[in-house]
Amino acid sequence: MARMKFLCDAERCIACNGCVTACKNENEVPWGVNRRRVVTIDQGIIGEKSISVACMHCSDAPCMAVCPVDCFYKTEEGIVLHDKDLCIGCGYCFYACPFGAPQFPQDGAFGLRGKMDKCTYCAGGPEQNFSETEFKKYGRNRIAEGKLPACAEMCSTKALLAGDADVISDIYRTRVTKRGKGSEIWGWGTAYGKPEKAAAQPGGK
Amino acid sequence: MRKIMLALLVSVLAIGLSGCGERPPVYYKQGKYQGKPDTQPWDNEQFKGDRVAWENAVKARAQNENDYNRAN
Repeated sequence: MARMKFLCDAERCIACNGCVTACKNENEVPWGVNRRRVVTIDQGIIGEKSISVACMHCSDAPCMAVCPVDCFYKTEEGIVLHDKDLCIGCGYCFYACPFGAPQFPQDGAFGLRGKMDKCTYCAGGPEQNFSETEFKKYGRNRIAEGKLPACAEMCSTKALLAGDADVISDIYRTRVTKRGKGSEIWGWGTAYGKPEKAAAQPGGK
Repeated sequence: MRKIMLALLVSVLAIGLSGCGERPPVYYKQGKYQGKPDTQPWDNEQFKGDRVAWENAVKARAQNENDYNRAN
């Protein structure tokens, strides 16, 4: 059985916010709600690291544990989803989540506390697949189309991986063992290739 | 009078002892999802309920993220 997970490679993420934009566009997420965002650590210092964060679809999700109306469920593929018709917008899930994934509408003069919105792993929600209701409430259902979340598929450096945990772990493992360490990971060598590779290209010296 | 006092004593003892009893603690129990049922991602026209076909499609899609398959 598949266990759908996200994995963000901090060595590759360039904080382009392409994932954030892809998510917003694909799901038509309202203003003030950010299902995904990029966090940068040690910004401005050489070696700064960025990571793309959204709902991590935890195996033992704390949001599910604290929800007083039990509106969360986990699909067979391990995706944590919720029923917006049942959500009362209490915000308990927001306090429980270590990633700040649950979002609440923030527009309006005093700030609203409407139904919670979060990353659905592009899997829609408890409505008929591909229906307009599903799209309006939860966003696009790419998973039912046999696709992966738009954020990961859009990622230009392939820092953000999405898919079955075993599969993306394999991809990441291959990457880590092949790319070496130190300046081989980031910097001139990565961007423009090694000298022997550059010479092999047409026009290369 | 004596009988009444005895009955009173017994009842007081019974009530008092009941306070020493231990009730089972209330542990948090994971609630059951109360919302609407969701359809499976493979239950549509594209996959026609074929879960294996859906899983293979997703796995193949995930390999697009592996750039070591495409370059190097």
